[in-house]
Amino acid sequence: MSISSLPPELPAQQAEALVRSERFRQLAAELRCLVCQNQTLADSSAELAADLRNEVLRQMAAGKNDEQIKAHLVARYGEFVLYRPTASAHNFALWAGPAVLAATGGLILWRLTRRRQALAASASQQTGDEAMLSRRLDELLDETDEPKKQNAPKGV
Amino acid sequence: MSLRSLRYLVPAALFAVIAAFLLLGLKPGRDPKEIPSPLIGKPAPVFELPRLAQADAVWSPARMQGKVWLLNVWASWCVPCLAEHPVLLKLSREGTLPIVGLNYKDEPGAATAWLAKHGDPFLDVLADRNGRVGFDYGVYGVPETFLIDRAGVIRFKHVGPLTPDVVQSRLLPMIRDLSK
Repeated sequence: MSISSLPPELPAQQAEALVRSERFRQLAAELRCLVCQNQTLADSSAELAADLRNEVLRQMAAGKNDEQIKAHLVARYGEFVLYRPTASAHNFALWAGPAVLAATGGLILWRLTRRRQALAASASQQTGDEAMLSRRLDELLDETDEPKKQNAPKGV
Repeated sequence: MSLRSLRYLVPAALFAVIAAFLLLGLKPGRDPKEIPSPLIGKPAPVFELPRLAQADAVWSPARMQGKVWLLNVWASWCVPCLAEHPVLLKLSREGTLPIVGLNYKDEPGAATAWLAKHGDPFLDVLADRNGRVGFDYGVYGVPETFLIDRAGVIRFKHVGPLTPDVVQSRLLPMIRDLSK
């Protein structure tokens, strides 16, 4: 940020110190420029962004805290200026949405795996039955085979 | 509901929701850059500004108490302002309602010359040279127009140039309602 764009009503030294402060850096990174809507006040080189940065500096110099400064901007530009939306009633869908989606997805996944497990269990039971059947079949075959063996001519 | 029917219903429902949002995005006249103003339904911010014509005379919105009026934010450097200018001139010529101009971050000389060249639809023009009043009104792109009622409450805001269509479909019906 160039020094010439600092608010003229603040003493230059104070304004410069404020611009360099970590607090200003964080505030400017959390506020949205309204002209170039996907940039923060810190990133944007739009004239409006410079004006809004200066307003933040003025408010800081006036001893306002972060919440007061954000409220000051929200009162004029709406919650759109905040990159982190507030957790209020009309933002409920925004905040609850991901949790609801994750829960729904989890529920579907849980029901699907349960169904698959049930299928697998019944399948293995089926194979158990088949094994028993084939064992019984072998026994029966063995029984019929045995007389054949006995009747086989000796000394072939 | 059986799982089998869920298997078809869930993707179908998801598709319907996504399609509905996409359709909403395609709605004609939708401007994704337009930001709803928190000032609608709130008293117009108070201010005192010098007039463009007489720098010593201060003007405040209290003067408009009891009237339905427009506050139009414009500047001589603003190209879209030129596009909406005929609309303002027509409203003024027909005496629909008083229009007050807020000359935003402009040189008084350039502003006066601009009005002399293109015509002056304004009852008064106020010089907001550093844009502080514009900030209080949440101005982020000129031109912007505010409709203010008799009690001094902001009822409507339009961002961008006023078009004959916006005037016919939005502004005039509201003015009629507020003037009853």
